[in-house]
Amino acid sequence: MSAGGIRPARPFPEAARDTLQDAQMRRNLKHATTTIREKRLRAVAELPDWEALRTRGAELKDASLSDLAEQLLTLEAAVKRCGGQVHWARDAAEACRIVTDLAALHGAREIIKVKSISTDEIELNAALEQRGIQAIETDLAELIVQLAGDTPSHILVPAIHKNRAEIRDLFRQKLGAELLTDEPKVLAEAARLYLREKFLSTKVAVSGANFAIAESGTVCIVESEGNGRMCLTLPDVLISVMGIEKVLPQWADIAPFMQLLPRSSTAERMNPYTSFWSGVIPGDGPQEFHLVLLDNGRTDVLADEAARQTLRCIRCSACLNVCPVYERAGGHAYGSVYPGPIGAILTPQLLQLEDENANTLPWASSLCGACYDACPVKINIPEILIYLRGQITPHKSHNLENTVESIAMKTAAWIFNEPFRFEGALKLARTGQGPLVQHGAIHALPGLLGGWTSSRNLPAFPAKSFRELWREEGEV
Amino acid sequence: MSGEARLEMLTRIHRAAAGPKLEIERPPIPASTRPRAEIVAQFAEYAAEYRAEVHRASEADLPVLLAALLSGQNVLVPEGFPAQLFPQPATHKPQTTHADLAAYDAVLTTCAVAIAETGTVVLDHGAGQGRRALTLIPDWHVCVVRSEQVVDSVPEAVAALQEAVLAGRPLTWISGPSATSDIELSRVEGVHGPRRLSIIVVD
Repeated sequence: MSAGGIRPARPFPEAARDTLQDAQMRRNLKHATTTIREKRLRAVAELPDWEALRTRGAELKDASLSDLAEQLLTLEAAVKRCGGQVHWARDAAEACRIVTDLAALHGAREIIKVKSISTDEIELNAALEQRGIQAIETDLAELIVQLAGDTPSHILVPAIHKNRAEIRDLFRQKLGAELLTDEPKVLAEAARLYLREKFLSTKVAVSGANFAIAESGTVCIVESEGNGRMCLTLPDVLISVMGIEKVLPQWADIAPFMQLLPRSSTAERMNPYTSFWSGVIPGDGPQEFHLVLLDNGRTDVLADEAARQTLRCIRCSACLNVCPVYERAGGHAYGSVYPGPIGAILTPQLLQLEDENANTLPWASSLCGACYDACPVKINIPEILIYLRGQITPHKSHNLENTVESIAMKTAAWIFNEPFRFEGALKLARTGQGPLVQHGAIHALPGLLGGWTSSRNLPAFPAKSFRELWREEGEV
Repeated sequence: MSGEARLEMLTRIHRAAAGPKLEIERPPIPASTRPRAEIVAQFAEYAAEYRAEVHRASEADLPVLLAALLSGQNVLVPEGFPAQLFPQPATHKPQTTHADLAAYDAVLTTCAVAIAETGTVVLDHGAGQGRRALTLIPDWHVCVVRSEQVVDSVPEAVAALQEAVLAGRPLTWISGPSATSDIELSRVEGVHGPRRLSIIVVD
């Protein structure tokens, strides 16, 4: 079963060490991220007011978040006015219970799903399975991941770690499809045939939501394949699970996001399909609609003024595609349905900084800032990474009063504090390094310091320091 | 049932958002200054780049073009589609089941708005556009776009659609045929939606 969730099973460095060994995955990822990166730059360059749009996107999200209770109440009233029902879920368990109860109420044995990270976040598929209801993922990539019993590795292209041969074998095995080649077209056709029948026969569908408009009670799904449209219009009952941060006050506010999102995510001018609907539309589509408003840690993020901007995220995945750490470690290393730079800040926050494994994620970054430049809603990810490190470190060092590391750091602070101590230490290092230097570099430091040189060389200290040269020039 | 959860979430939000409510201005969208012909040409070009088949026709030529394009096909025509353009008797009944829809070769509709900046057509499922399933299940969607329906930018389209949305109508934005890039990022048309999209721009 494709599971997901946001609790990493292991600390990032440990998980990354394993994924780094997977040459196939690294090749796939490098190809994918480089391709999307280049395309994205072209798509973005077409809009002359891109920077203004990013600012607008950020402002609109901030404005809505500053008035979130009011926006949600307006949304609730509008959805009800349009014949839909609204449910409030404080956490994952509550959201799962609401959805499974609704599905069970309609006697569903199977439900069809539109790709949705929020339902992965709450591990809905597992909860449904416990009630004897099978969730069928209808997005091609999600289907691949589900059939493989795997988890997604990318927000937008969840099966990016799999290549065509692997997918062909999977379809042969699980769908019993007779596949003569592994051409993507042929594989897509096999999925089409399998899912077409599901679309036409299943009564209950579950989706997420990209945006919701408070004033009109309108929910929005952005997609490419048409599986979304199938799920949103063909079944009798539609249940949409939406993070509370997805609401926008007015219809007009959707405009910048429909410009920002496709260009940032798939690097297209526009994605093939976007659906908007308000409640129940008589004679068209599902005649029963439920909107589940999900908290699951979001109000805690909202409460933290320094990191609140994390909730602006529109799940475009631009930050993943530009991140050097993501490109090498891969999505699975993050151990959460939210991988990459956004995952490194969102996952630990949703868990209130109380999950030890998730708390390693803010260090999964080189702080190069590429994610901030790419983010269509200007989330300052590097700043939040550093802020979270600051929040997490006091916890961590609490029990480590007199470790070697803390003593070394205190000593270093004492040395750096006074120029004469610093110069003295440099002189000492210069004299002491003699036997270690080979060809101008130190290849192996002794003892604990060996950790530094285990994967890189240390340049030898020069014969004279900058300060000494400066003094010799007579400048004092 | 969920009254308790609702109250608690609202309380949490009130406690969390201690700051002032941020006011945001929504200035009117400046009208495009580009010549119409340029806007319409860009729409046609961008729609074609998304592998939609784009035709251009004058009002007078339109019935001939439609007849030629759809000859021999079992075509579904939604209620409200101008009968003089495609005189084939309307085959659509409101009770048509999803399985019945799959038996049609093509569906012929109008649209609400089209967007030059992105090559997108938007349906608000009003007269001539049918309920949402009609343009989804048949494998070929033929859409008639009048040149005056083409707007320059996404914000202009959003403004034009305001009335429909506030009236509770659904919208479907369509840019090219259904597509996936999930297998090694190779674009494949038509995993689930119509595999063929024809757009006829009427001048």
